Amino acid sequence: MTIQSTLSDVGNLGVSTKVDRAAYLLGLLSLRSELPSELAGLKEIRDRAFSLVRDRAIPSTREEEWRFTDLSGLLQVQFQNSAPSEIGFPQIESFLLPESTNSRLVFVDGVYAPALSAVNDLPDGVLAGNLAAGVQLFPKLYEHLALHPGGEEIFTALNTASFTDGAIVWVPKNQAITPPIHLLFVSTREALCHPRALVVAETGSSVTLVEEYVCLAEGAYFTNPVTEIWLGENAEVRHTRVQRDSVAAFHIGKTAVSQARDSRYDCTTVSLGGKLSRHHLEVYQTGEQTDTKLNGLTIVDGDRLGDTHSLIALSQPYGTANQVNKTIVSDRAHAVFNGRVVVPKAAQLTNAAQLSRNLLLSPKARVDTKPQLEITADNVKCAHGATVSQLEDDEVFYLQSRGIEADQARKLLTYAFAIEVIDRISVASLRNALTQLVRIQSA
Amino acid sequence: MSDVILSVKDLTAEVDGTPILKGFNLEIKAGEIHAIMGPNGSGKSTFSKILAGHPAYTVTGGEIVFQGQNLLELEPDERAKSGVFLAFQYPLEIPGVSNVDFLRVSYNAKRKHEGLDELDAFDFDEVVRSKVTLLKMDPSFLNRSVNEGFSGGEKKRNEILQMALLEPSLGILDEIDSGLDIDALKVVASSVNALKKPENATLIITHYQRLLNYITPDFVHVMANGRILKSGGKDLALELEAKGYDWVLDSQAVGA
Ligand SMILES: Nc1ncnc2c1ncn2[C@@H]1O[C@H](COP(=O)(O)OP(=O)(O)O)[C@@H](O)[C@H]1O
Ligand SMILES: [Mg+2]
Repeated sequence: MTIQSTLSDVGNLGVSTKVDRAAYLLGLLSLRSELPSELAGLKEIRDRAFSLVRDRAIPSTREEEWRFTDLSGLLQVQFQNSAPSEIGFPQIESFLLPESTNSRLVFVDGVYAPALSAVNDLPDGVLAGNLAAGVQLFPKLYEHLALHPGGEEIFTALNTASFTDGAIVWVPKNQAITPPIHLLFVSTREALCHPRALVVAETGSSVTLVEEYVCLAEGAYFTNPVTEIWLGENAEVRHTRVQRDSVAAFHIGKTAVSQARDSRYDCTTVSLGGKLSRHHLEVYQTGEQTDTKLNGLTIVDGDRLGDTHSLIALSQPYGTANQVNKTIVSDRAHAVFNGRVVVPKAAQLTNAAQLSRNLLLSPKARVDTKPQLEITADNVKCAHGATVSQLEDDEVFYLQSRGIEADQARKLLTYAFAIEVIDRISVASLRNALTQLVRIQSA
Repeated sequence: MSDVILSVKDLTAEVDGTPILKGFNLEIKAGEIHAIMGPNGSGKSTFSKILAGHPAYTVTGGEIVFQGQNLLELEPDERAKSGVFLAFQYPLEIPGVSNVDFLRVSYNAKRKHEGLDELDAFDFDEVVRSKVTLLKMDPSFLNRSVNEGFSGGEKKRNEILQMALLEPSLGILDEIDSGLDIDALKVVASSVNALKKPENATLIITHYQRLLNYITPDFVHVMANGRILKSGGKDLALELEAKGYDWVLDSQAVGA
């Protein structure tokens, strides 16, 4: 792999003009490396994405989609290409899940680490590996990769134009995989990387997926991942996405999900890290009677920002969608939630509910929450709501009246608010680890 | 230490500028059971929450002395640790906090205050299970979130469970009998009686005499419009049951 730095003359971008933002984006784009020969078939997809990005600029807050999420901090950070880090087993040991001892794929700074991965225990016909190897076994991969709607979104396109490998999980028809598949993306240095994952759950199959972003150093790196998930008819995917990036890092990620008829997608997202993190979560129901459950938790403190932009697009009758997005915001931090639910005329007899719950723990904390229900079908049940609150005095008092100090009472209540999301995670070791993290964060 | 547990003198209090307590007096000694009865809206719950230190109520005059110390100077949690316990009329639901964790944190806060070692989850489990059995509660309550989805009666029993763990010197039971069927009422009453000791005291707030068939009060006070209008022995409760509150209110109006 040739690695070269072409980003030398972008200079100091203190003031961000459109020109600066275009130059910066071009700089990011220029860091992409060659496609490995195995993935030569991707060239066309990659080139198309390249041309989508080339003439554009890093979005400013004047754009509606980015109104609350100011990327000018990113423009201050310069990235270079450098050789991937060599890390060993001991460094990632604390992130491993005992449930996934033999169903784990590890990527270090976006590069597949076969020595740290282990996929020995999966049933015949199931593929879990990296794209470069997977494409040999599954040429059908090209029927799924980078084919979701929304691929023109700037950071999604930047990923598609730049990724050189990724994770692939392919579950054949009627296969039910018991061990959760753990996709672990580790950041070790101040670099830009574009993790990519493709998950295909064929008709009648079921799989549990844990997608996790962690770091070994508290640096200002930039992770720009894209995960695509395809559920065949009557397939079931339980997905947990955990973002535990460094508090100096930038994380702008995309999860795109397509659901064929009768499929069930249950997603729990937990975002704890990042100086600026944004998650685009987009679910497209393409068949009848599909079921979508999204539960999200974002915790931000200091002067960090955590943003979730979600879309649930129903399109057929009898679909259901349930979404709860929670944020806990302290200090001068800022949480953003923008949740679109689209129920077109064809999506009759559907049932959609969305709730945005936000807990502000300090007077300077801020949340911008915007549910966007676009309903043109007439025979649907839709409910939505948003709450922004401090902790209830009555709740604090109840705990105090049992001898618990006010401060500890507030922590306990904050913890409880968070744990309702964490408790949905079916993988016990991950649930326990996150419970511990949340306990520490609210302590 | 004097054997007076609680002494309330000329207490006045308001909420959002509206006076609720208008010169309230009460003295409770060790070993006594007092009952405050009175029509809805007379200020009974307000008084109980002021004892516990609820921030919504402002004390505008008078004093509350609890075991020789000025109760009004203490934070709600300090009051609890010093031995004031209020079983709420409407116990709160706290989703996400498991009942057993909540009970342990509370129990350990008190132990720490008393200079005792805190109990770990294992040892605490033993303590709490014995109380649960005593209260004829379903042990599965311990693993559910605090009061979440509990029936009215279950919530009340959970309050008594907390009291049984904390062993307060003053237990205040605000309408502990409302929403309880007769069997649950008997269980609750017998646990309250079992918790009774010569060195502590109990204040029962109710507007039904029924509970007082099972917990015999030493004193009964009738409260209306923010103050106590009449005090007497346990027979006063029977008289109220037979005649209603109006005669007390009327005789007060005549006397005033
Ligand atoms: N937090 C509050 N805010 C406003 N008014 C209150 C509040 N608490 C009590 N009150 C008022 O004080 C009066 C006494 O209420 P309460 O103490 O609950 O009576 P009781 O328990 O005897 O039925 C009522 O008129 C009630 O509306
Ligand atoms: Mg009351």
